[in-house]
Amino acid sequence: MSAPAKSLRSSLGRARGLGSAHEGVHHWWGQRMSALALIPLSLWLVASLVCYAGADYAAVSEWLSRPLTLGALGLTFLITVYHAVLGLQVVVEDYIHGQPTKLILLILLPMGGVALVVAAIVSLLVIAFAG
Amino acid sequence: MAELTLPANSKPTTGKTWKAPAGVKNIKTFQIYRWDPDTGANPRIDAYEVDMDSCGPMILDAIIKIKNEIDSTLTFRRSCREGVCGSCAMNIDGTNTLACTKFTSEVKGDVKIYPLPHMPVVKDLVPDLTHIFAQYETIEPWLKSDTPPATRERLQSPAERAKLDGLWECILCFSCSTSCPSYWWNGDRYLGPAILLQAYRFIADSRDEATGERLDNLEDPFRLYRCHTIMNCTKTCPKGLNPAKAIGEIKKLMVERR
Repeated sequence: MSAPAKSLRSSLGRARGLGSAHEGVHHWWGQRMSALALIPLSLWLVASLVCYAGADYAAVSEWLSRPLTLGALGLTFLITVYHAVLGLQVVVEDYIHGQPTKLILLILLPMGGVALVVAAIVSLLVIAFAG
Repeated sequence: MAELTLPANSKPTTGKTWKAPAGVKNIKTFQIYRWDPDTGANPRIDAYEVDMDSCGPMILDAIIKIKNEIDSTLTFRRSCREGVCGSCAMNIDGTNTLACTKFTSEVKGDVKIYPLPHMPVVKDLVPDLTHIFAQYETIEPWLKSDTPPATRERLQSPAERAKLDGLWECILCFSCSTSCPSYWWNGDRYLGPAILLQAYRFIADSRDEATGERLDNLEDPFRLYRCHTIMNCTKTCPKGLNPAKAIGEIKKLMVERR
């Protein structure tokens, strides 16, 4: 078997590649800021769940229908999923090198994220308003 | 995909053992990675028993002794023997470092020596550095200024000069870049800690006038943002520098200029 044909492109040409994408700051900043926001939100969520552990359905749905609870829970879901999508995007970019697989995953990831958030928020609203 | 095992033709086999002459008392065994592109054989680990009573204290002293007295085919780079040229960077006892500044006595048991990880090997302990030096060229590591040259030196205040401390000392041995998992998996596009520290060396230089252009060139998910602050670079640097901090400073400037 013959060895694969070696590229005769110069090493500088290869290193420059397609040039700089001029992006990445937004992603990096978003990941840091969402991590910061999740510190108080997840502490609040854990504390609330501990407080309401063992409470009956009526008590929990009453708690859920308070505007502050609803807002904070919605935000927690939204930011968690946003943070997770950004993080998984990094994992895909790090480890998946085949172009079609990588592209498909990078398209599916945010779609999955949006679907999760919509499902979570609709469920919250149903519990809060329909009891 | 990330490769978690070596390809079949890269798996090292057990090689030859070079016994010390009879009567030698103070023996240290060096297990050294050998690969010869001309034979087509798999790499092998040769074991050399070295008489430490007639050997200098550094790892480099020992491998020069091996080349001079035991096996002249052992191939490695070396030049200054005092930690300023960066030629003898290799993986010693599991850590990338300079053979010339690492004491043999620091290693417990046999001394295992491999080439810098995840680089193409030219022969034995000599890695192919073509791509990483091309990456170095992409950051244009020279002072850029549109102001006409002064009739004397371009002046800096002591505070401005102090910003270059911890950056100018880098000798481009690439111990850091080749210890970085992100550089292993994405080294074709990610610049790696050594090159990013060099990039910051010019970004931080008060005499340079191309800061924005340099940041533009680095603003890329792969070139810069493959750094996940793993810190292997800082841990392994034989000169005690902190490439992870330099990369952090570049990321801060990227946010600052938004």
